[in-house]
Amino acid sequence: MRVALQITCVNDAMFPDTGKAVVRLLRRLGVDVDFPQAQTCCGQPMVNTGYLDEAVPVVRTFVDAFAGYDAIVTPSGSCAGSARHQHSIVAERSGDPALVAAVAETAPRTYELSEFLVDVLGVTDVGAYFPHRVTYHPTCHSLRMLGVGDRPRQLLEAVRGIQLVDLPNATECCGFGGTFALKNADTSIAMGADKARHVRDTGAEVLVAGDNSCLMHVGGLLSRERAGVRVMHLAEVLAATEDSEGESSGPAVGERAGDLA
Amino acid sequence: MNGTFVGMPAFPTAAREALADTQLRRNLAHATRTIRDKRAAVVAEVEDWEDLRLAGAGVKEAALRDLATHLETLEASLTRAGATVHWARDAEEACAIVAAVTKAHGADEVVKVKSMATAEIGLNEALEAEGIAAWETDLAELIVQLGEDLPSHILVPAIHRNRAEVREIFLRRMGAVGRPAPADLTDEPAVLAGAAREHLREKFLRAKVAVSGANFVVADTGTLVVVESEGNGRMCLTLPEVLVSVVGIEKVVATWSDLDPMLRLLPRSSTGERMNPYTSTWSGVTAGDGPQEVHVVLLDNGRTRALADDVGRQALRCIRCSACLNVCPVYERVGGHAYGSVYPGPIGAILNPLLNGVSDEQTASLPYASSLCGACFEVCPVRIDIPSVLVDQRAAVVDSHRDDRVPKAEAVAMKAAAWTFSDSRRLAWAEKASGLAGRVMGRFSRRTMPGGRAAAGRLPGPAAGWTGARDLPAPPAESFREWWDRTDGGRDGSAR
Repeated sequence: MRVALQITCVNDAMFPDTGKAVVRLLRRLGVDVDFPQAQTCCGQPMVNTGYLDEAVPVVRTFVDAFAGYDAIVTPSGSCAGSARHQHSIVAERSGDPALVAAVAETAPRTYELSEFLVDVLGVTDVGAYFPHRVTYHPTCHSLRMLGVGDRPRQLLEAVRGIQLVDLPNATECCGFGGTFALKNADTSIAMGADKARHVRDTGAEVLVAGDNSCLMHVGGLLSRERAGVRVMHLAEVLAATEDSEGESSGPAVGERAGDLA
Repeated sequence: MNGTFVGMPAFPTAAREALADTQLRRNLAHATRTIRDKRAAVVAEVEDWEDLRLAGAGVKEAALRDLATHLETLEASLTRAGATVHWARDAEEACAIVAAVTKAHGADEVVKVKSMATAEIGLNEALEAEGIAAWETDLAELIVQLGEDLPSHILVPAIHRNRAEVREIFLRRMGAVGRPAPADLTDEPAVLAGAAREHLREKFLRAKVAVSGANFVVADTGTLVVVESEGNGRMCLTLPEVLVSVVGIEKVVATWSDLDPMLRLLPRSSTGERMNPYTSTWSGVTAGDGPQEVHVVLLDNGRTRALADDVGRQALRCIRCSACLNVCPVYERVGGHAYGSVYPGPIGAILNPLLNGVSDEQTASLPYASSLCGACFEVCPVRIDIPSVLVDQRAAVVDSHRDDRVPKAEAVAMKAAAWTFSDSRRLAWAEKASGLAGRVMGRFSRRTMPGGRAAAGRLPGPAAGWTGARDLPAPPAESFREWWDRTDGGRDGSAR
């Protein structure tokens, strides 16, 4: 099986550790994951803001980059949703039958990480170790657009040492919403403030989700509040082992402020 | 006497003001949670709910697919049953018809059944201009009307008010337009409802003309259906001599049996009840029983425009249950007024642009009034894929500006992003630049985010909307792409 990692533009530029974690995790599970260098973005920022014409070349880049792979794995429910449900709209708009056909090939082969692990690889215990108090936020697109259901939860429950606590009002949107976070910043922040409050109420040390963009929003609010809660992508928790845990105060090593200086 | 939405600012501005209204936030959070939980409980009781949704969507879709035929059938069966059928292209025509019928009977007042169609066309204001008083008889509509307020919810237009506010409105305003509230009025819901009942009774008994809408119209029998919870509708539909019903053309269903799934879906979705308390049906005139003159105004007012939209036409399936409002995290926080229309919430965010187009700034802001979380689609009893229509309407907004002489900053940014994302080499350059910026930001950062990353400072321009309230991690010095290149995807062993 030829497996490609679709890193997503946000992870590529802002959260490379998530990508590294996916690579470590998949290799540990025996998958030789490839990173097609021609990939860029799924086109969702354009589509969801209404710029369908602008999304056409981006979707074209996507299908070209991932042509021929059996599975395209992405650590984002939102980007998987975009590939599966929106690329066909963009392709139709382009009026190019070749693009429509190419999308019909890549769309059904695109998997969000937890879907790939549970449905394709058939594993729930990925051999992870993460001795922290964790709460999980099911992101809207993974939950309602893809229907990942309790797959992430199954994966987290099998992690050794984890203390998983329920998030109140878990299925309510965090308020990120892509360009919504800027175009309707006040409403976005009001929604995020309530999500952050629910996170704090759990007493968790780590908020986990399958989309770094949502985590960037809620994590940004929690950070501004000095709430003492960090955010981590699901992949980073699942990649963590006894070895990685020993290497730092936190399991999946983020870039320290000091490293940058 | 009612307020008007004319001149409302675009959604982001209206929402900002609403978010600062602490009483509104509290009232809405409480009310939407209560209805939401009730709905969830009664929907969970129905084993074949999904099949029922499919059936409901199917009934409406079939009716819309052959709308012209069904409307002609409806006109013939209504006429046969003794009703007078009027066709109204827009709000102005519809209001003129109602005013003319009222005046023909020498009446200077009408009693009203709660109706979204008449709210949409601004009937009360139009009648007032003709010297005709329109009395709302639904409790929540009465609260809104007496308070000289605007509706903020499809089902519960006064949802933004709590009982203490309702008591105050009744005490202050009832006396000016009829029987005053008792001086010892408390804020007990039963006492408030009692005062409304007393106040309305004299209007019911006096009125010669009633105005209603309809939840459904059955084409082959010429039957109008009104679904309500308080019995005020039944009073309006049976007591006066003349009944005028303003009905959107999308309300038509083909046959009586088509009502079956609709009447099961609607109460559970809207009020969270298993069965609706007062369901009134009538077909034209029945000698010696009820109104002896029945008019039906079939209203377009943008519906054929929506029907012509391949993606958006599904919005015409809407049965005005409000389930999408009650689950919407945006609606819950900003309330209905921010949408600037009698149709607020997720359905309003698609229905208003579909009915009216997106040429004005306020309507054009509505498709963006959503985080696209999809909770609305999940609860919609007729399976309107609201998120997809929202995205499609956003495209309509963008397309309407494609010929602008000076493009918006957002359009320029999106074109630049599309250019960058169309070639991975361009993206790699952009990431190198962002990595450099990240190093600089990291050096000057005075904030460490939980977990250890340096925060970017406050950013200028549109990004200030982000960093005003949210910390943003400084971009990492090395992108994933660069890491993969440098370490051969981590295979060189040095990878971290």
